[in-house]
Amino acid sequence: MAATPWEGELPAQLKERFGSEIGECASYLGQNFVVARPDAVIPILEFLKLEADFDYLVDITAVDYPNRAERFELVYILYSYGRNERVRVKSMIADGAKPPTAVPVHTGANWLEREVFDMFGIEFAGHPDMRRILLPEEWEGFPLRKEYSIIKQDDRWVKENLGIESGQ
Amino acid sequence: MPETTFLDSTELVLNMGPQHPSTHGVLRVILKLDGEKVNGTECVIGYLHRGVEKIGENRTYQQFAPYVDRMDYVAAVSNGLGYCLAIEKLLNIEAPPRAQVTRVILTELNRIASHLLWLGTHALDIGAITPVFYCFREREEVLKIFENYCGARLTTHAFRIGGLQYELYDGFEEQVKAFCEMFLPKVDEYEELLTHNRIWVARLKGVGILSGDECKEFGVTGPVLRAAGVKWDLRKAQPYSGYEQYDFEIPTGENGDTYDRYLVRMEEMRQSVRIIRQAVAKIPTGPIGKTPKVIKPATGEVYVSIEAPKGELGYFVVSDNSTQPYRLRVRPPSFVNLQALDRMVRGGLVADVVAIIGTLDIVLGEVDR
Repeated sequence: MAATPWEGELPAQLKERFGSEIGECASYLGQNFVVARPDAVIPILEFLKLEADFDYLVDITAVDYPNRAERFELVYILYSYGRNERVRVKSMIADGAKPPTAVPVHTGANWLEREVFDMFGIEFAGHPDMRRILLPEEWEGFPLRKEYSIIKQDDRWVKENLGIESGQ
Repeated sequence: MPETTFLDSTELVLNMGPQHPSTHGVLRVILKLDGEKVNGTECVIGYLHRGVEKIGENRTYQQFAPYVDRMDYVAAVSNGLGYCLAIEKLLNIEAPPRAQVTRVILTELNRIASHLLWLGTHALDIGAITPVFYCFREREEVLKIFENYCGARLTTHAFRIGGLQYELYDGFEEQVKAFCEMFLPKVDEYEELLTHNRIWVARLKGVGILSGDECKEFGVTGPVLRAAGVKWDLRKAQPYSGYEQYDFEIPTGENGDTYDRYLVRMEEMRQSVRIIRQAVAKIPTGPIGKTPKVIKPATGEVYVSIEAPKGELGYFVVSDNSTQPYRLRVRPPSFVNLQALDRMVRGGLVADVVAIIGTLDIVLGEVDR
């Protein structure tokens, strides 16, 4: 089953407001999503929050597609308490690109973006505290990138801090 | 008179944890103190990071299922339910009715077990020693049901994608009914110990207030959100596993303080009993579902979430039409809720930090994954 176009009032509003910034409004298994240009993501989140009542930022995450020119897909999952609806906002960004932070729109984006940075190495421009969150600050490498093998680790860090050759 | 006072009042930085009993695991909180007043905090987390999401990408859909139990290990059944529902959604299948009702019973029992562990340790943190013994006594009865059902007490792996692994054992209904019968008066007993206890009230009322708007701002869900007066529960808002068939209330608070969160969770245990009683009275006969031998969902992605004891637990799964998830993201309620800690403790007293960590009901296995 492939994604079908998402019809309705909201996608129409989004297309009218953001025009060519929006690539695709679609549904997969009843779940709606919007694909947008990276620069438009924060204005879209703002629009959805203020004018469409999507006031709850559920999650921010990324997916790594190393073979694509713009290898990371950023995914923002939103929910509206008033409408009882979910929508996902997605955008593709290249390695090294610095997408703007969502913290001014949703305070809760802070840790979620830090985790994306920690795992994928995507830096968010304007983030108040862009540091690793789960891994040690001196750790090298970004584990959720596809080239990072499941048994790989930062050998130097493990040796220096744990005094062992390998954590495996 | 000396030129300077004997003691300069400078800001004190105090380190709490990671080895600290009241942080319920390995949470490190760095506190900035002005006397007893908290001026700011920083959470250092990740001590239990095991790379669950990376493991997910390197296991088949079936192989990964037991791993989810190790995130929120006091509510393993809920984790398993969320995972199974997410993969079922991806496959566009549904568990048969008998499996769904059984899932509801076990998940609600697990909610009770999780809340009991919270209550016991939260009260212990604040200095009430008795409740923890009572809570663990009753929690034991829930764990016995799990053990009889699937052989495990904590990391149960009770469900399978597409249904259940095991048929219900003989005497399951009776044991669950007997538990409900026994448990309801116990909740009243806990309340007698605590609800109007002057010390308990003094330590909890007005402490760690988080308003409904602040909860939404941070994405905080679960009992913390409900205690702030927002009547929102995924079991009602977007029912799954047939929750729409059951008659139950969503308890809410008014002030969003630690005391209201306590009352909300107490009432949630009663409501869980209510759901279990309805479910156990009408377990349908029929198949319990079968896990497909090979799980190879079509290319696509879904986000599925459930109301776990701690809040919204979500799974975002991306499939590339292979037997392993291309990407598996867990949206953990504890991680998101913990972010609000700083807002809740700022301006309060250092002794309240312990109460507020307790009331957030975090499990570090889930925060760190």
